[in-house]
Amino acid sequence: MRFRFTTAAIDPETARRELVDAAAGACASFEGWVRNFNDGHEVKRLEYEAFADLAVKEGERIAAEALARFPIRHALCVHRIGSLAVGEMAVWVGVSSAHRGEAFDACRYIIDEVKHRVPIWKKEHYLNGDSGWVNCEHCAAARSPRAAVRAGD
Amino acid sequence: MSSAAPVFGLILAGGASSRMQRDKAALRYGGRTQLDRAFDLAARHVPRVFVSVRAAQAADPARAGKPLIIDAAGGEGPIVGIRSALAEFPDSAWLVLACDLPFLSDGTLTNLLRARDPARLATAYRSAHDGLPEPLCAVWEPAAGAALAAFQAAGGRCPRKFLSTHDALLLEPFDARALDNVNTPEEYAAAVRALGPMPAVPIQLKIQYYALMREQAGRSEETVETAAATPADLFAELTARHGFTLPRERLKVAVNSEFCDWSRALAAGDAVVFIPPVAGG
Repeated sequence: MRFRFTTAAIDPETARRELVDAAAGACASFEGWVRNFNDGHEVKRLEYEAFADLAVKEGERIAAEALARFPIRHALCVHRIGSLAVGEMAVWVGVSSAHRGEAFDACRYIIDEVKHRVPIWKKEHYLNGDSGWVNCEHCAAARSPRAAVRAGD
Repeated sequence: MSSAAPVFGLILAGGASSRMQRDKAALRYGGRTQLDRAFDLAARHVPRVFVSVRAAQAADPARAGKPLIIDAAGGEGPIVGIRSALAEFPDSAWLVLACDLPFLSDGTLTNLLRARDPARLATAYRSAHDGLPEPLCAVWEPAAGAALAAFQAAGGRCPRKFLSTHDALLLEPFDARALDNVNTPEEYAAAVRALGPMPAVPIQLKIQYYALMREQAGRSEETVETAAATPADLFAELTARHGFTLPRERLKVAVNSEFCDWSRALAAGDAVVFIPPVAGG
């Protein structure tokens, strides 16, 4: 299983152990954290929701693509769902490989594709009491999905 | 300004079916009776639905399982059924439907209920054939009760005549054949043929909603009975019902937990999810 959801805090140490391999000389990981501002709004907390059946299938496909495209050993993505406070970890991606270059590239590939393709939604709750589904309500019309991926990093 | 009365559903199934020579309520389309189809259709749009019957029909097995409103006012015909419902729940308006409208659709009812003007005595469609009011797919307001009583006392029997001469909002037809009724064995055979091979045979689908769609639908899932042949048709139908704000171009769709094309053929039992723009990470 290379993609999974958790409702509890993500533990990167536990996740990292799943990548251990004697042939791996490199491990690259990415952590996505809840930030306290977005699009000029002060963010208080985030709520993540997923269509789990399809999200896990699509997440597994992305990890399989990474393993096919890059000469890596292992890949794993863990995504949090539920209510998250500022500073908490929303997503963890890790890749192990013989050398660092492909580990970085594959890690980047996985997080970019996950943001773009996996049916996960994020509702921002702002300090002023407002809330909104990211990419669906505020400023959504002006952005392409690709631009939104970069802006959300 | 007082708020509009809540709307309940009333399926008229008290007719004598004399031209059909058998009970119209029991005629079947795709294995289901006309009465069941009309009842379930109304139940998708209003919180409570009743079947209007004559006292002699109250024990009939096809009707007895449903909430009934038994004709109380004197006389016969649809006006008696409508008056009886208005008398039993004087604070409710009534979505009155004949049970013999095999082509009646969700869209026609959604449009009717949206256009409803509670300040009039009734809101009804004009016939696609002669432009006259169609009283048996209409919303009758509480205030119609007294006016119908006076109309009947003066010898009136025809609800179409009543709507033509009283303060009713008349809408243009939403779907030209939705209000075509079926009175004779020949018309029934023609309707079965017309509905048979077409996607108009309703299928049950399970719809799950997430994120913004869930909030706008006001639920995380529902089972719908629909004649929609594709996810595109289904989305149009459900947008009319729930008022989704996102245009289809910005969504993806999944059937049975796999992405698919908007033009895929839907089958009974399919689970459908509309996927708004994602935002993981």
